[in-house]
Amino acid sequence: MFTETVRQAFQAIIRNAMRSFLTILGVIIGVAAVITMVTIGQGSTDQIESDVSKLGTNLLIVRPGAGMGPRSSGRSAPRFTLKDVEAIKEQIPGVIAATPANTSSMTVIYGNENHQATITGVDNDFLIARDWNVALGREFYESELRAGTATCILGETVRKDLFGAGDPVGETIRMEQISCRVIGVLEAKGASSFGQDQDDTVLIPIRTFLRRIAGNQDISSMYVAVEPGYSTEKVQSAIELLLRERRRISSGEEDNFSVMDTKEITSMLTGITAVMTGLLSAVAAVSLLVGGIGIMNIMLVSVTERTREIGIRLAIGATETQVLMQFLVEAVVLSLLGGLIGILLGLGFGYIGSIYMKIPFAPDWTTTFLAFAFSAFIGIVFGYFPARRAARLDPIEALRHE
Amino acid sequence: MTAPGATDAADRQPVISLRGVTRVYGEGEAAVHALRGIDLDIAPGEFVAIMGPSGSGKSTAMNIIGALDTPTAGTYHFSGADVGGFDRHQRSILRRDYLGFVFQGFNLLARTSALDNVELPLIYKGVSRAERRALAKAMLERVGLGRRLDKEPSKLSGGEQQRVAIARAIASEPAVLLADEPTGNLDTARSQEIMELIARLNREEGLTVIMVTHEPDMAEYAGRIVHFKDGLIERDGMNGNPRAPAPETADVH
Repeated sequence: MFTETVRQAFQAIIRNAMRSFLTILGVIIGVAAVITMVTIGQGSTDQIESDVSKLGTNLLIVRPGAGMGPRSSGRSAPRFTLKDVEAIKEQIPGVIAATPANTSSMTVIYGNENHQATITGVDNDFLIARDWNVALGREFYESELRAGTATCILGETVRKDLFGAGDPVGETIRMEQISCRVIGVLEAKGASSFGQDQDDTVLIPIRTFLRRIAGNQDISSMYVAVEPGYSTEKVQSAIELLLRERRRISSGEEDNFSVMDTKEITSMLTGITAVMTGLLSAVAAVSLLVGGIGIMNIMLVSVTERTREIGIRLAIGATETQVLMQFLVEAVVLSLLGGLIGILLGLGFGYIGSIYMKIPFAPDWTTTFLAFAFSAFIGIVFGYFPARRAARLDPIEALRHE
Repeated sequence: MTAPGATDAADRQPVISLRGVTRVYGEGEAAVHALRGIDLDIAPGEFVAIMGPSGSGKSTAMNIIGALDTPTAGTYHFSGADVGGFDRHQRSILRRDYLGFVFQGFNLLARTSALDNVELPLIYKGVSRAERRALAKAMLERVGLGRRLDKEPSKLSGGEQQRVAIARAIASEPAVLLADEPTGNLDTARSQEIMELIARLNREEGLTVIMVTHEPDMAEYAGRIVHFKDGLIERDGMNGNPRAPAPETADVH
């Protein structure tokens, strides 16, 4: 009897193929949106984890303000100075490299070509800390760093955009009002989290950056590399102690800066992703609910339209329960069909998105199952009312209906 | 099987027994008295034609006999069981297992093959799929549509549609066939074919038939004719010489 009901539900759905499709469109879109969001969110998280682990386990990032992300007070906290960088390098055992890293986005021009790139003010320790080699040319000379000369090292993307196949070393590029001699090219590193191209950068001496771009002496962040074998935690707390002292923070006050190791960076970045994914999924879930109401609406129309059919069925001996089941099963089959199509579409969009954003394709099977179960639930909830209305029709009235 | 005639009807327990049945629609000033207290006994194997002008209460009586409607007052016994005490579910079961309906407008499911239409009551009865198929096929052959099993109602003539409806009505082997103006939408030739089919079911298989009609020609096939007027039975008499159905021929179209 039950298989028969399911078979009849499929027949009814196929008989009205176009309307059935439009009915479940809401559920399709809702489920597809949820699955896409979750798939891409999971992929981003995986990508961030692998990116940050590539930074190395011995890297610390020092930033002003308590932590990063939505609750940070980074904007108002005082910046660091070049002296802070030197103090960390000289006074803390186990530090093999400490570098300032100030960034600014600027247009870089060579000949007729121009290109938007991230200008990073650093010293040579940046290359050690980020484990990055110069592929062509050389690093900065000490004298260049001290004097803040207009010299620069290009990232691979910038080189390719401005020079094509040519050799940029010795050429002069322009970054707004600064003319800058190219002394080297970095090896290619590829994209990082959120599809950001790490090679789209120009390194210049920090003093050059402060004097000619920033116009002040503020260091906005520092990278510190810990010697292998040394405990990262110990170095981390030593830096915290030193900076508290240097920034004259009394014992009761909280840090107005943060020292994070890669694990903390990972959890912070994935935390943001999780919040984003959660929010977008919640919006998508609302559309799933709207889809359910759409199903109820069409089922009500369908019951009215098929009043005569229901009358016939009742007259030839269908019981109230059988008619109720018929319409309920039809609603559930419809919404499950919507769920199934939505899942396939969502996985498809997730896959396309992950290729486009250069992140791993990471489908979440728990969510997929939940979406399927939820669409069945929607079918039952929103199908029940129309089905009950059908089952309670008066057969004589129903038979008279045209 | 012996063919039960109308003559010995009085000797046996009636399959349908109405006593003082009234049916009032609406209340107060606007109340419509469709039935004003009728008594009617129908014995197994009878072929009864119910006649009367429109508004005479014959359709209301039919709905009450078909357990589609309930009387305002009076009692209705089906094979001794008090239908008045039945709930909605029990009335569904009564219709499913003991009653077969044939309507003026055929009332087949659209876009559903003849075979599927005939199978429908068997589905509700819980008959297995294979058995259902076989039974439905046999029924369609019985009404002369053995070669049009897969046709949807829109592909069939009116007469053929009514044959499918009859096959559906008798598929669950009911005790009583209720036909509400079965020839009302058909021309004379088709009407006669349908009437012959119904008469044969009555004569050869002992199926009790109750038929509402306003065409005297069609009523001639019945063994007993009941006239309704203004919600009351005006006349109830035997038809001494009912029209006999022609010998059965296979697959008439």
